[in-house]
Amino acid sequence: MAIIEQKTIPLNGDEAVAYAVKQSDVDVVAAYPITPQTIIVERFSEYVANGEVDTEFVCVESEHSALAASLTASLTGARAFTATASAGLALMHEMVYVTAGCRAPVVMAVTNRALSAPINIHCDHSDVMAERDSGWIQLWAENAQEVYDSIIQAFRIAEHPDLMTPVMVNLDGFFLSHTLENVQVLPDNVVRKFVGIRQYPLVSDTQGKKVPFKLDPDFPLTMGPLDLPDYYFEHKRQQEEAMHIAPKIIKQVHDEYAKLSGRSYGNGFVDAYNVDDAEIVTVCLGSTAGTTKTVVDQLRSKGIKAGVLRVRTLRPLPVEDIMRALENKKAVAVLDRSNSVGGQGGPFFHEIRHVLYGAQSHPPIVDYVYGLGGRDMPPALIQNIYKDLEEIAKTGKVKNLVQFAGVRE
Amino acid sequence: MITIKELTEKPELFTAGHRACAGCGPAIALRQIMKALRGPTIVTEATGCMEVVSTIYPYTAWNVPWVHTAFETAAANASGIEAALKVLKRKKRITHEHVDVIALAGDGGTYDIGIQALSGAAERGHDFLYVLYDNEGYMNTGIQRSGGTPLGASTTTSPAGTVIPGKTQHKKPIADIMVAHDIPYVATASIGYWQDLMAKVRKGLEVEGPAFLHVMAPCPRGWRSDTAKTMEISRLAVETCVFPLWEAVNGEYGLSPISKAIALKPDRKKPVEVYLKMQRRFAHLFQPKFQHIIKEIQDDTDKRWNRLLKKCNIPQVAVSKT
Ligand SMILES: Cc1ncc(C[n+]2csc(CCOP(=O)(O)OP(=O)(O)O)c2C)c(N)n1
Ligand code: SF4
Repeated sequence: MAIIEQKTIPLNGDEAVAYAVKQSDVDVVAAYPITPQTIIVERFSEYVANGEVDTEFVCVESEHSALAASLTASLTGARAFTATASAGLALMHEMVYVTAGCRAPVVMAVTNRALSAPINIHCDHSDVMAERDSGWIQLWAENAQEVYDSIIQAFRIAEHPDLMTPVMVNLDGFFLSHTLENVQVLPDNVVRKFVGIRQYPLVSDTQGKKVPFKLDPDFPLTMGPLDLPDYYFEHKRQQEEAMHIAPKIIKQVHDEYAKLSGRSYGNGFVDAYNVDDAEIVTVCLGSTAGTTKTVVDQLRSKGIKAGVLRVRTLRPLPVEDIMRALENKKAVAVLDRSNSVGGQGGPFFHEIRHVLYGAQSHPPIVDYVYGLGGRDMPPALIQNIYKDLEEIAKTGKVKNLVQFAGVRE
Repeated sequence: MITIKELTEKPELFTAGHRACAGCGPAIALRQIMKALRGPTIVTEATGCMEVVSTIYPYTAWNVPWVHTAFETAAANASGIEAALKVLKRKKRITHEHVDVIALAGDGGTYDIGIQALSGAAERGHDFLYVLYDNEGYMNTGIQRSGGTPLGASTTTSPAGTVIPGKTQHKKPIADIMVAHDIPYVATASIGYWQDLMAKVRKGLEVEGPAFLHVMAPCPRGWRSDTAKTMEISRLAVETCVFPLWEAVNGEYGLSPISKAIALKPDRKKPVEVYLKMQRRFAHLFQPKFQHIIKEIQDDTDKRWNRLLKKCNIPQVAVSKT
């Protein structure tokens, strides 16, 4: 298949979300504004107001209702989308779990922002880290282009009848949401064909008859019932099983999309930049990868064998990919844009360090909590981290397991 | 008006076999509501007794598509369902000409934790019927007070003690709050007057836009009442004007027949005492030191009743017998 001709338009990350949603034949959008996600809701409202989409836009009174309405719209058979950030995601928390547990393939953009207090509207990942264990697939974008591409892919992934698992697409607040980039967009009809019309898996009704999984008066199903100790555990286990087949579907969708658009993101799960022959490697999420790649280029030009591993799917966690990429390194640093207060390092550190426990060899691994509340992560700071890694690689000794990078001491 | 015979011929969409207690008012309400449907319907329900007793996996008492998501979400759920039906019909991805949407919730899910979602959905004008089944407390979690628990009632979080006589606040006027949202249809109903209740369900479904039905439904467990007296207590609530029956169509209040009869013949209005006496949640009020609360309940009932009469343009001022 030939790569489709595409136009390039200037979009910031939020606009890239709205544009992708516009093209994806979404039936219901229920959302509530919060900085730095607001542009998504505003742009989409304009599309609705101008008749550019055939979507029911439910401008709800809270994020809790935003996700509740997206969830039930999805269970009624609609393709549903919502978006939020920070306090909004925290307010949704209850429904984040309910949505995954109901196996509703909702797609949600999360424009990552710090949690209060103190109140702060800027980027960090503490909002979404609180939802790590909720049962959603998590895609993380490095730039506005990837935001656009990932949103389109997310519908295909979430709604796959074997999966039926909601997907969130994370984009760094302001760094991505408000920064204008040149984004290549596919023609409307191509996206529409790619996402297709929602299909429904067949499930057994109370009489054992196979019926489509949706709220339909022709096939009455009871959804979201009371599940006691005799069944709840099995149902939660089924969510885990879905996560085991998710990689196959994520890969399929990523590769099919790559053929169409000419764009791919690593192997779909991790994006390894100069990692193969590297001795020292940082691991990160989101837009920080862009700066880090520049620093890696500088170090390489000086003959330092540095690399950066960007994780694209935090859930399901690509355990094998991360392990293979890191196990033979001399030193590894995790860049954590959130902290697990009192937990010895940030949540991302816990993820990566846990993966390495199963590796053949265990490189020394350290954590740098950085960028909380939108604090900048300039190249100089990243250079210092690589300098620390060189030292660790040389001595094999870790002086500080967890450090705060860029904070006033 | 529908007859008993016709009623028996209607399909049971809320079926037997659920686990509600004997004499459960809300379960009776659901059965009556589900016999008043006019066509294809999707039901969504808040967490609470009725959700719990009717859907213990792998069993279900529901013969219509039904969904529960959380405690405070009944109205938000209905918004999502209604929005989905609208767009799927427009895109010709469903074949039904029309599907009704009903949201069910208890007093906790309505007066308290769910009022934000309810107010939002009403303001947005979704086409759905919201039914509040009011058993005046959080029964599912063991009889705690809610914004719908009446003055003087003893609950596990407003227990009648030696110095505090049960709940010290009045019931929130939830139906009036919904009328103030300027929605096309609001009504009160009682399971003791099932024909009136079913007619109101039908009207609520027929109007375009949000409709709100406030159904009084005694809970023998929480009210500490005789399980055989549920219907009698329901009727007494109306006959004492503790819970008058009315409807507001496009904001215009009107009394329903049974309450209108009382308005026209005020001596038919029974004293609240007869109603309170049948429920042991009020038993402490009959001790001498708390008896002034009974008077307070009577005065409040009269005040609200007179206010309602004014809204209904009925000039008579009812005289209480006590
Ligand atoms: C967010 C949240 N808070 C609290 C609860 C616990 N809870 C479940 S049902 C319920 C009370 C339900 O009361 P009501 O709505 O009056 O219905 P009833 O049980 O009386 O029928 C409570 C407090 C919950 N499930 N979710
Ligand atoms: S506790 Fe009350 S409301 Fe709940 S099932 Fe029993 S009687 Fe019905």
